[in-house]
Amino acid sequence: MSNCGGRVTSLADSGRNPSNGMKKSAAKKRQSKTSRSDFFILRLYIAGQTPNSITAIANLKKICEEKLHGKYRIEVVDLLEKPQLAKGDQIIAIPTLVRRLPPPVKKIIGNLSKTESVIVGLDLQPAR
Amino acid sequence: MPHAKPKPKAARPSLAKSPTGIQGLDELTGGGLPKGRVSLVCGKAGSGKSLLAMEFLMHGAVRYGEPGVCMNFEETEEKLAANVASLGFDLRDLTRRKKLLVDYVFIERSQITEAGEYNLDGLFVRLAHAVNTIKAKRVVLDSVQALFAGVGDSATLRSELQRLFRWLEDHNLTAIVTGEAGIDTLTRHGLEEYIADCVIALDHRVTEQISTRRLRIVKYRGTSHGTDEYPFLIDEDGISVVPITSLALTHKALMDRISTGVPALDEMMEGKGFFRGSSVLVTGTAGTGKSSLAANFTRAACTRGEICLYFTFEESPSQILRNMRSVGISLEPWVRKGLLRFSAMRSTSTGLEGHLAVIHKLISQLQPSVVVIDPITNLVSASGNYDVKSMLVRLVDFLKVQQITSMFTNLTFAGDPQERTAAAVSSLMDTWIVLRDSKPNGRPRRELYVLKSRGMAHSREVRELIVSKRGLDLGVVLSDHTVATHVAGQ
Repeated sequence: MSNCGGRVTSLADSGRNPSNGMKKSAAKKRQSKTSRSDFFILRLYIAGQTPNSITAIANLKKICEEKLHGKYRIEVVDLLEKPQLAKGDQIIAIPTLVRRLPPPVKKIIGNLSKTESVIVGLDLQPAR
Repeated sequence: MPHAKPKPKAARPSLAKSPTGIQGLDELTGGGLPKGRVSLVCGKAGSGKSLLAMEFLMHGAVRYGEPGVCMNFEETEEKLAANVASLGFDLRDLTRRKKLLVDYVFIERSQITEAGEYNLDGLFVRLAHAVNTIKAKRVVLDSVQALFAGVGDSATLRSELQRLFRWLEDHNLTAIVTGEAGIDTLTRHGLEEYIADCVIALDHRVTEQISTRRLRIVKYRGTSHGTDEYPFLIDEDGISVVPITSLALTHKALMDRISTGVPALDEMMEGKGFFRGSSVLVTGTAGTGKSSLAANFTRAACTRGEICLYFTFEESPSQILRNMRSVGISLEPWVRKGLLRFSAMRSTSTGLEGHLAVIHKLISQLQPSVVVIDPITNLVSASGNYDVKSMLVRLVDFLKVQQITSMFTNLTFAGDPQERTAAAVSSLMDTWIVLRDSKPNGRPRRELYVLKSRGMAHSREVRELIVSKRGLDLGVVLSDHTVATHVAGQ
């Protein structure tokens, strides 16, 4: 996952269950700079480096850069490495993007090539 | 569960089976579901699909050493645990011991937006993970229906489901997929098109306010199976299906004889009584002594140390015991000894099939050598328009295969052609004993004759039936019954 850029972390390498601690600490770090509701934590579930997964990662980075200007964090979870993580977020489809913050939780399935659907689905405000 | 099952018919060596452990179903399918294949169980909501699937998993885990994974799209682990607890299974304990794993798959459509191509690898990953965790041999997907509601792209879904079923088979997993019945199709989304090996349809119908559950094997590749609908029962032990145990008349006719319980009646039947394993019909108008005859028969069986099962549809067991005491037949000691077991049911409590299912189940549990059904009239009346005969054929066949001697009483009505209710059943019966009232010279009396008894030179005399405090006996020979009925007919 090292090719995912500075703001993209790979949970596949982390032994922790990310459903609890990580998002809070990450959110806290950012809270000093931005208000909590502005900050996005997005988790992308993939299963191996399939064409759809690679496309999804690229699409997501592009959309986030355009719309969120650094007020986001992307976590990539490869279920082939951490299959036990699929249950927590009720993952069925691959790729699935989960908006963990801000609430409410939203899910977008697909390779994120339909940019408009992603923007609507994530409820992204136009860049200010 | 505790009792030994009759051995299923020898399965073809080419097709391995995975026993479901569900009473009757394994007999019907010649040993269970196709091993390493996907079976579809379909039916309307509440038809028992999930229960069948869960029983398959539970029995697999507990009895057959095959751990199972349940991917449940409808109920949480907690609810499932509560459901199966009522059947005596401890889901949590099984989970702890890694015999069972439930993965609750929840799809909240309103949360999900689709934006581009996807597949269902997430589901595959979860299933594979669950299967690997407990080294599962069985899988249940209940019900895949929910996916159609949760995933918008049905073309993707269909191809993914096909891939899923292939995946299951590639991993040699025996699986049940459940599907909701459609309006004109077996399942709402045509799942049956993807399942080649075994499709079972469940049905729950209410006719004349009586509900009946039925099971039909729609297809089962490589196995001969009946295409009839088989009634089944859901009770505290789960599902039990009433199968036909013999597709052909292959049961052995026994040469042993057993007493009718009335020495004089034995006398009329070559001095030896009924053939063991035969079926006996006793017809008569009200108060002619049918139940008394049945009680005598019962007592004789218990005295021989045999187990007797007495189904009553009109009176409570205590009522029968009291009435029988009044004619000098004491049955209580046999009840206490456990040789005589009463089963009392209101005939309208369920349909004929339901009753037959109960009868079937109790017989399998108790393994009696004698069964009394008193009276069968009520069963027939509970059946509505359904074909009584085919159901009774199954029951009588079942009894004969088990070599159980059975006595059915049948109430006829004065002035009624005797054959009316008896018509459906008499041809199935080996022996037919007729009781009747008559009033020669204004003095009422009861009469008895043996209308038929296959395989023996029985007496054709009409005898007076004497019911007193000292029990049942036969009086003087009145006439030859063929003459008597002829006279009566004039």
